[in-house]
Amino acid sequence: MMAGPAAVIHSDRVVMPPKSHRIIVSVIGRDRVGIISNVSALLAAAEANILDISQSVMEEFFVMIMMVDIEHSRAPFEELKQRLNAKGEEMGLKIDAQHEDVFKFMHRI
Amino acid sequence: MSLSRFSPQEIVETIRMVQMENLDIRTITMGISLRDCAHPDLRVSAQKAYDKICRLAEHLVASGESIAAEYGVPVINKRISVTPIALVAESSAADSYVLMAEYLDRAAKEVGVNFLGGFSALVHKGMTRGDEALLASIPEALAVTERVCASVNVGTTRAGINMDAVAQMGRIILDTARRTADRNGLGCAKLVVFCNAVDDNPFMAGAFHGIGEPECVINVGVSGPGAVLRAVEKDGQTDFGTLATTIKRTAFKITRMGELVGRAASEKLGVPFGIVDLSLAPTPAQGDSVARIVEAMGLDRIGTHGSTAALALLNDAVKKGGAMASSYVGGLSGAFIPVSEDIGMIEAAGMGALTFDKLEAMTCVCSVGLDMVAIPGDTPAETIAAIIADEAAIGMINRKTTAVRVIPAPGKKPGDMVEFGGLLGRAPVMAVHTESSRAFIARGGRIPAPLQALNN
Repeated sequence: MMAGPAAVIHSDRVVMPPKSHRIIVSVIGRDRVGIISNVSALLAAAEANILDISQSVMEEFFVMIMMVDIEHSRAPFEELKQRLNAKGEEMGLKIDAQHEDVFKFMHRI
Repeated sequence: MSLSRFSPQEIVETIRMVQMENLDIRTITMGISLRDCAHPDLRVSAQKAYDKICRLAEHLVASGESIAAEYGVPVINKRISVTPIALVAESSAADSYVLMAEYLDRAAKEVGVNFLGGFSALVHKGMTRGDEALLASIPEALAVTERVCASVNVGTTRAGINMDAVAQMGRIILDTARRTADRNGLGCAKLVVFCNAVDDNPFMAGAFHGIGEPECVINVGVSGPGAVLRAVEKDGQTDFGTLATTIKRTAFKITRMGELVGRAASEKLGVPFGIVDLSLAPTPAQGDSVARIVEAMGLDRIGTHGSTAALALLNDAVKKGGAMASSYVGGLSGAFIPVSEDIGMIEAAGMGALTFDKLEAMTCVCSVGLDMVAIPGDTPAETIAAIIADEAAIGMINRKTTAVRVIPAPGKKPGDMVEFGGLLGRAPVMAVHTESSRAFIARGGRIPAPLQALNN
């Protein structure tokens, strides 16, 4: 059975893949008590859903990475990012949020 | 969906490249056709150009900033390239296009871009009245504007080299330096003389929107000498095959970032995506140096024997890695070796390890040419023209883009340091040959196209 007509790729227009609502929150710095609880509380307050957490020690730094779904978040991405940056400064850590596409593009084809 | 899609190592690698190794999107450049802005009255033409740029690029800077925030990757410059102005302004009766440059400068300021390229003419085989008017306007235009960049293409592999234009560019460069003497000849930092210029280069000062390009297009220039340096250092003493592979892998990742940003910008602005230019473009910042990569391959200083081979390997590996990473690669793509913008080049030139002649040899295998080189202020116009002729000959014979961006720094002698500030950096004045090239340049006419161009 033949499949449907092949997708037409318009050569003059590169189309972005459908946009996901997932962001990667990264925390880098010295390990200390309360990192996960502080960051989770901040995300929970915005109703951003944590999908996965991993943490490890890499090159003398503590690294925590969260994948977060912000589809139903009450705060838009920019605001969430600012809040996370501020929380990082408060705790003496580097906390950032980036759209997952940047990692997808760099490490997956 | 699990995080296992990305390992922590991968995520940390990306973050480290950006935060510690100066990986960035060097420029998002919007190419805008001004072909519909021609008019018998230059002022009307300039106004049309101003209006069109302000309309199409209104959201360029804001989009660039929002992309930077979203992906956590700095977008350093937002820029504009336009149709070579000689083509646009020629319909007018004006003899000087300085007025047009002033309108372009105002448009650049209005939309908030730091440079606008395309005060340009393509004269590799000869000049029209419009080309002559444009060339004559360059020194004043670069002195009275802040953000406008000029370029002139004097040769191609298929046409040969227009030596009349080369001779004239020698005089124009000197005049431009003189008119900006209070700023160490800064005007010359905004002027590039090309052989085999490309239509879709997003990097300044040589960007223009070529005649085969669409109405409006987004081109992206990525840069990451620091990330490549780190990868080469981490690898240690490997053989050349392994070294090339390491560079290719890093270039691939860097270029993917450019591809992502290019697509995102294209979508946000509703403008087609043109190309990613995967050039390693150094800045004066520590660790953001192409020279340091060459040195990390095992050379004491860039400029010593082996530098040309090292640069050839680097340039080729960057192209190979990048070409696999993007659907459309274009522009200049390779490793830039500007002197004033690279801490390793500045040091090597300052201590005499890197001479003008070795630099010229290295341009045979780098992505462009003699870039941001300060030379003595009393260098004769014929010598500058001869420097351009040499560089154009390299490009013509090797079917590659070459360029000359030299600054005859007024009142400066070899060994003096010249400050340009910001991304343009600072450069030690390099000695050039003092034996005259006058009679050679005075011949005039064209150097015929080389045989290898007649292959169809």
